[in-house]
Amino acid sequence: MTSLPGAASSSTPAAALPPAPAPTRRRWLAQARFETATILRHGEQLLVALVLPTLALLGLALSDVPDLGPGRRVDVATAGVLALAVVSTAFTGQAIATGFDRRHGVLRFLGVSPLGREGLLVGKLGAVGFVVALQLVVLGTIAAFLGWRPAGAGVVPALVTVVLGAAAFLALALLLAGTVRAEGVLALANLAWVLLLGLGVLLPTDRLPDALTTLARLLPSGALGDGLRLSLVSGGWPLTQWLVLLVWAGAASAATARWFRWSD
Amino acid sequence: MCAVSAVEVVGLRRDIGAVRAVDDVSWSADSGAVTAVLGPNGAGKTTTMECLEGLQRPTAGTARVLGTDPWRASAEHRARVGVMLQDGGLPVTTTGERLLHHVARLHAAPADVAGLISRLDLTRVAGRSIRRLSGGERQRVALAAALVGRPEVAFLDEPTAGLDPHARLEVWDLVRETAAAAAVVVTTHSFEEAERIADQVVIMNGGRVVAQGSLDEVRDGRPLEERYFALTAGGRR
Repeated sequence: MTSLPGAASSSTPAAALPPAPAPTRRRWLAQARFETATILRHGEQLLVALVLPTLALLGLALSDVPDLGPGRRVDVATAGVLALAVVSTAFTGQAIATGFDRRHGVLRFLGVSPLGREGLLVGKLGAVGFVVALQLVVLGTIAAFLGWRPAGAGVVPALVTVVLGAAAFLALALLLAGTVRAEGVLALANLAWVLLLGLGVLLPTDRLPDALTTLARLLPSGALGDGLRLSLVSGGWPLTQWLVLLVWAGAASAATARWFRWSD
Repeated sequence: MCAVSAVEVVGLRRDIGAVRAVDDVSWSADSGAVTAVLGPNGAGKTTTMECLEGLQRPTAGTARVLGTDPWRASAEHRARVGVMLQDGGLPVTTTGERLLHHVARLHAAPADVAGLISRLDLTRVAGRSIRRLSGGERQRVALAAALVGRPEVAFLDEPTAGLDPHARLEVWDLVRETAAAAAVVVTTHSFEEAERIADQVVIMNGGRVVAQGSLDEVRDGRPLEERYFALTAGGRR
């Protein structure tokens, strides 16, 4: 009979050391890396995160429809597609992945491992941050080839908008994933993705019918899309949109803390 | 001097909605021993285990693992405890090997992942997506994930469910070896498993403990199976 295998690479045999967690930062980085790799290896996640936004960018930039309003068309289209990328990764991808992780007991298993629940959350934040940054680089590069020229003064406020938008949509994703069964999450997250495209993400809210304009501006989709368009097309600071995103992030986080269930 | 048990449940009660899943349950498990928890479906085995793992909060009574309340456990405590959940808890979109390396990275001095994979006869399938593994292969990955931190206490919820006889023997060996330096608590429906690996036995029925003690004490001179059916007859909910 052989013994439980000790660490092969350590100079001190693992069996001689008492069990202990890896340092906090290492655990968090490991989880962020694991989540990021899972997203990047998952075909459906890549489709939603990169392929569909790229197709949307090409479609909007190279055609005349729909009407995107004032400003260079490629500039307006790119701002909207960057908003779409944030929604895809922070909301759709995370809601579906977390919903099925919850179904399979992954959240419970990792929650009682040295990672813990706070480590799971930090890992998700890190993975979403990395993937969104990757999306900005890839989509920004493609847009640059199509003639995109963002307003220089709007880069910093645009990054703030991206961070606030990602926070609001990630909180909404966790709320959905933690309160609805996995199949329901899949259906609702995909439906929401389609609906939000037209509610301020790709289409500016002032292009919508009057009855929908106010509603869309109060939604995180409208705030994110309009905020990025104001920053990247005009170089403005979208303070109102930031307030809307902050309210959504705060409300969804509070609701998630209250109602999130770790078991399906 | 009185030695402190690694796992201690005293007057544990757990209500889930209107259902009393566990009612006034008390037992303990010591380091260096395997404790098998038996009982029919709905007996309260998994609920008790989840209270000990920190996944459920007791309604009344106490659950202590290594002297700590698992509901408020720190990362330091969680690193000393290995958990194999009944539903596996495995992310299906990654491979067994990647998952085990990831869990190992959460520990300061983990077991050798390659050795564990080899030991559990997972070498051939470790690079496959967990989604594509058989039930028995998933069970073994989940067991490896529970043991990769070299825990002082291991909670294994039905570790051999769905395994073929060869794999079951290997798992039993590994559980016995783990118990040389740890307290191992196993839930099972298998009398053979309890008789092969357990030092202590707890039999639950209807949310209560109906027998506990050493294997010989619980058997009381009769086959364990006979005692089990006598103790749990008519008690299934």
